[in-house]
Amino acid sequence: MPDEKPVRAAKMTKAGYVRPIDFKNGRVEMTHGGGGRMMMQLIDTLFLTAFDNDILRQMNDQACFCVPAGRMVMSTDSHVVSPLFFPGGDIGSLSVHGTLNDVAMSGARPLYLSASFILEEGFPLADLKRIVESMAQTAQYAGISIITGDTKVVEQGKGDGVFITTTGVGIVPDGIDISAERAKPGDKILVSGTLGDHGIAILSLRENLTFHTTIQSDTAALHELVAAMVHAVPTIHVLRDPTRGGLATTLNEIAQQSGVGMMLYESKLPIREQVRAACEFLGFDPLYIANEGKLVAICPPEAADALLQAMRAHPLGSDAAIIGEVIEDPHHFVQMETSFGGQRVVDWLSGEQLPRIC
Amino acid sequence: MKYIDEFRDGALAKKIAANIAREVNSHRHYHLMEFCGGHTHAISRYGIPALLPDNVRMIHGPGCPVCVLPVGRIENAIQLAQQPEVILCSYGDMLRVPTNHGISLLKIKAQGADVRMVYSTADAIRIAQQNPRRQVVLLAIGFETTTPPTAIAIKQAQALGLNNFSVFCNHVLTPSAISHILQSPEIRQLGWVPLDGFIGPAHVSTIIGSQPYEYFAEEFQKPVVIAGFEPLDVMQAILMLIRQINQGRAEVENEFTRAVTREGNLKAQHLVAEVFELRRLFEWRGLGWVPYSALQIKVAFADFDAEKRFHIPALSIADHKACECGAILRGIKQPQDCKIFGTVCTPDNPIGSCMVSSEGACAAYYSYGRFRRTA
Repeated sequence: MPDEKPVRAAKMTKAGYVRPIDFKNGRVEMTHGGGGRMMMQLIDTLFLTAFDNDILRQMNDQACFCVPAGRMVMSTDSHVVSPLFFPGGDIGSLSVHGTLNDVAMSGARPLYLSASFILEEGFPLADLKRIVESMAQTAQYAGISIITGDTKVVEQGKGDGVFITTTGVGIVPDGIDISAERAKPGDKILVSGTLGDHGIAILSLRENLTFHTTIQSDTAALHELVAAMVHAVPTIHVLRDPTRGGLATTLNEIAQQSGVGMMLYESKLPIREQVRAACEFLGFDPLYIANEGKLVAICPPEAADALLQAMRAHPLGSDAAIIGEVIEDPHHFVQMETSFGGQRVVDWLSGEQLPRIC
Repeated sequence: MKYIDEFRDGALAKKIAANIAREVNSHRHYHLMEFCGGHTHAISRYGIPALLPDNVRMIHGPGCPVCVLPVGRIENAIQLAQQPEVILCSYGDMLRVPTNHGISLLKIKAQGADVRMVYSTADAIRIAQQNPRRQVVLLAIGFETTTPPTAIAIKQAQALGLNNFSVFCNHVLTPSAISHILQSPEIRQLGWVPLDGFIGPAHVSTIIGSQPYEYFAEEFQKPVVIAGFEPLDVMQAILMLIRQINQGRAEVENEFTRAVTREGNLKAQHLVAEVFELRRLFEWRGLGWVPYSALQIKVAFADFDAEKRFHIPALSIADHKACECGAILRGIKQPQDCKIFGTVCTPDNPIGSCMVSSEGACAAYYSYGRFRRTA
């Protein structure tokens, strides 16, 4: 009997066997960010598998790639969103789109992304897998590679599940000069589609707001729309995606940077009926609600129609509209002619939008 | 959007604007006070002043619920929320109102106090049920519109036997505020503040009816037109007021007939009367101590009265010295008359309550109307 033991043990040990990560019931542990074997395993079986590409597979501390001649742009964005999964997307797709779009708003063709994760101890690995796979799918769909990354784990209670920071680089085509300080009096202001969809989709899931909506987040990669736009109208002056703070905040930023004023026409603003209704009963203004798949374009007046046509020809710009124009104003106010026939200032958002009482 | 777009029709607005322009007497001025913050908000948001002749001036009244709550009561709420066992539930725009030290519910929330934004009193009841070991206090503010839901919450809490729920009651009454303004020496004796008529509250009137305003029309000879919160309602009410003034009438007229009757909502009134009683004296920001202008919880429901449960002290704290909220709330000054308006006091860093809610005169003026001053 005693000499049977080692024989059985030998049979059970497979050379090179590592217990697979339990992506069904497992949770993020401190060791997943500790730099040891468990971290390596997580990187190998999750991140590397999902994001797989030649540069990433070299497994260096940095990504090495060749750059074409010309001007490059770089942008970084941290993504925190609650809830992590929402109608129309999740933090994974959002983190790819967000940075991609920031790169694209220079008129650039995005090339590569980096992705950095801060995970909270105890976060379900199944959710992490879902998020990472969503990122991979989104990047693949957008035709861009995630070529370097990082993972850190923080103790329970010190994070909100997962935070993702992505950085992107891209190349600006020759002859394109798009910048937020280039808006000029007389220029036309365009948006690529309906406003406020993302913010309302997110709000509808917040714990203290129990309302149901069919609205989906508009999260989308805009670089192809941008490519079509700069192809049709290389003289576009400004592009920007109105994310946090909504259209109102974005236009105020541009007005400030360009030293101009703006006049919007409320009747021209594309806003879905459901978004208007939700804003109506929550006491919000759709102009301040976040978008994740829309852009604002400012171009010389003579090019506005051509630009509008180019935008409408693209699926992500089918609801595009000319919504106003740039005017001279020493105070840099963004104003609006209301559908009602009055006029008002569309100011910066102060603090968070809070619902009114009456 | 059905039932909304009809009341925001730009073409109709132009017609009413043309009527107003035709009917005003160019030799006089018309000073009209919209009592309610809801009207102030609509006037700013839809840019109504741009549609009015220069001699028609709107004065923003004290009907903004967060604006009239005095600093002492905010201090009380903050002290309550700082007690570790307390979860303080508050409506949204109350969170940012600062005390004299610049502290607000939002700021103490950032420091760890458990302050929750609720959309309705039902949310507060739910939070109390979910947290049986914590004391859940509803910071109840507002005029007659928000009072019935608070009454319901108290009755619900009683029916559910919730011993961890109470209400810090700050409900105030519209008619007493209006009569206080009309009786103020600036208006009645000195005539400093010309006041030719009132746009009467919309939602408040759905509860109390149009009858309570009849006294003002008769006693003070001021016309009142009750109006809905949509911009066309406001335009139509202004036209009706101008007609009354031109014809020398001082009557209560009801533009908001789709929701307001003379008697109001009797069921809601009975509910309020069952749970609340008149407070002998209550301090208003801007108006000072106004007798019989607020409600307190009746003894029968004392178990749910946070003032009793937590022995909340009576604090009376003066407004920030430079802040003109008081005079603005009484119609004596306009936001741009205040020295700190738009400089020290902005929506990002409000000093006075009028700069907080978009219903507040200063915030509304700052956010929506500044270009008129600088144009």
